[in-house]
Amino acid sequence: MDLTFDIANFFAGMLVLTSFMLLYQDRIMGLINVFTLHAIALSLAVGWQAWAQDRPHLWVTAGIAVFFKALVIPFSLRSIVKKLRIHRDVEIVGGIGITMLVGIGLVALSLVVMLPATTAADPLAREDLAFALSVVLLGLLMMVTRRNAVSQIIGFMSLENGLILAAAGAEGMPLVVEISVAFSVLIAFIVIGVFLFRIRERFDTVDVGELDNARRDRQ
Amino acid sequence: MTYLALAAAYALLALPFGAAIALAFVEDHRQAAHVNVAVAAAVFACAVLLLFVRPPAGDFVFVDDLNNVFIVLSTFIGATTAGYSASYIQHEIDAGKLKSGYIRFYHAMYQALMFSMNLGLLANNIGLMWVAVELATLTTVLMVGIYRTPEALEAAWKYFILGSVGIALALFGTILVYMSAQPLLGDGYEAMKWTSLMARAAEFSPHLLNVAFVFLMLGFGTKVGLVPMHAWLPDAHAEGPTPISAVLSGLLLNVALYAVLRYKMLLSVNPAAIAPGPMMVTLGLASLLFAGLMLYGRKDVKRLFAYSSIEHMGIITFAFGMGGPLANFAGLLHMAMHSLTKSAIFFAVGHITQAKGTQRIEDIRGLTQSHPMLGWSLVVGVAAIAGLPPLGVFTSEFLVVTSTFARQPLLAIPLALGLLIAFGALLLRLTSLAFGEATEDKGEIEASYAPIVIHLALVLLAGLWLPPQLAAWFQNVAKLLG
Repeated sequence: MDLTFDIANFFAGMLVLTSFMLLYQDRIMGLINVFTLHAIALSLAVGWQAWAQDRPHLWVTAGIAVFFKALVIPFSLRSIVKKLRIHRDVEIVGGIGITMLVGIGLVALSLVVMLPATTAADPLAREDLAFALSVVLLGLLMMVTRRNAVSQIIGFMSLENGLILAAAGAEGMPLVVEISVAFSVLIAFIVIGVFLFRIRERFDTVDVGELDNARRDRQ
Repeated sequence: MTYLALAAAYALLALPFGAAIALAFVEDHRQAAHVNVAVAAAVFACAVLLLFVRPPAGDFVFVDDLNNVFIVLSTFIGATTAGYSASYIQHEIDAGKLKSGYIRFYHAMYQALMFSMNLGLLANNIGLMWVAVELATLTTVLMVGIYRTPEALEAAWKYFILGSVGIALALFGTILVYMSAQPLLGDGYEAMKWTSLMARAAEFSPHLLNVAFVFLMLGFGTKVGLVPMHAWLPDAHAEGPTPISAVLSGLLLNVALYAVLRYKMLLSVNPAAIAPGPMMVTLGLASLLFAGLMLYGRKDVKRLFAYSSIEHMGIITFAFGMGGPLANFAGLLHMAMHSLTKSAIFFAVGHITQAKGTQRIEDIRGLTQSHPMLGWSLVVGVAAIAGLPPLGVFTSEFLVVTSTFARQPLLAIPLALGLLIAFGALLLRLTSLAFGEATEDKGEIEASYAPIVIHLALVLLAGLWLPPQLAAWFQNVAKLLG
């Protein structure tokens, strides 16, 4: 039991750690690589839960995570980024130190919130849930601090990874939810892709800051 | 009878779903608009049928008194908006703003939106409800960006990012609710069904429910447009096609609010959980006051009314947060009145901006001179939304204020203040829009007045005389809400 618990913690912790790596990665290609790692960590964590809880349907979730998030999405993001010719771009990420500190604060916050609330739950699920909330909050932080559309998308998808970790920790939550999450991410990805191209068409950049310039004197 | 009821309930889903697929292939936009109206009207008929026959609660779909109110309101406005959108879209094609490919896409998305909203309202499964709200978000994102102008893209992007974050937080809350139910109800669908959740909620772990409600309130609250998660709302209303602004304000915000209400009911059953009311009251008041003040500086007419939607969603959330039969009744009535009035205003505003070729308030003047019908509809609509008697919004606002004065006089002060601030701003803008010397027209319009007149007539009727059956129905639901 102890080993099971430790390994679950190890994988979930790995996910939190990769979330931190996403926070400071400033090259777009590097960001996509770290996201791939994020997805792999997620599928390991979910796969371990599948084995530990003995729930075969979680293997499907883990499989979806590997297939879509570690293969399909990074691959298509790379090709989008190359087509848009922004693969060499370096994003200026302001205040890495402060962002990291805020990130640490968010992880502490999620532990403080989740652990007392879940005393009745299975310990395996408990800590997973606390880690999952950390990943969600770190994803939010990344979306707030980034200006580039691709980085915001990756922040959003890392946030969704946190949700899947939470769903996997919730014992016996029907598969339908996980499939729909995966599906929604896929749709979201298509939507994003469509918009990215239009943003590029219209502004010749994917810096979301440029969108602010489109405001002119509306209000 | 049961079969009829089941058929009606499933038709609410199957009709728009089928129509969404079919409309994607209809080349002729006039035909597509007709199909759109016909399907929306048929769906409304099914919704009305559900008032008389009710299907037994199924595993995925159920109808009770609460969601029936929302379904009837939502399908009604869906049908009138479909009628309005036919003439609106015709003008956009004539003006060369939309190409035929986009029209096909627009009609298909309109029905997809109707499908997802009906699914969200009918769902007897917290996961399914979440999926439906997400689907509704994605379809509206695509419709907001349909003009492809830089402004429309910005609005759609902002809506997409904020909406997704909101919906993600709501999913986290949904998972937590499942976790709190799972030890009692066992694995699988049973622990996600509204009907079984409500029956056993008193025994759930209150700590988990508390944390869950915070996430659900913030998540679905983003979609309701509550301050401080409202930033997407004015952009999405201002830059998308006007029928979509009407649907967003009139329906989508209500669907998100319905989700919040369901979870509020769930928490009220559990004696050890936090009271959800104060949180809703706080967010509601913040939205009312903030949006009331923001109404003053607006330069864009659609943005003006978008902020007014934030204000009214604030009032409604406040009323439901106060709870109790009277405040809940007022909240329900206000929700219905706001949906009808705001969509009527957007119908009028849509034609006005088409006629004047601009959305800037300072370039639109003297509407009652140049377009008497549209101008006076706008006057009536804005008078209604500002809360002037004898229109229906006055009745419901009056009920909200008096019930608050009776129970929490201190809360009634900021409430009344917010209402007055918004009242002033709206009348100020209305006088410049409707009266004075008329500005030049930029385009010919063939307006469809019927939807505007029907909505405003209903609002007036509700203000003068609320049918006793309707009042009894709302009172019953208000009791259910606790």
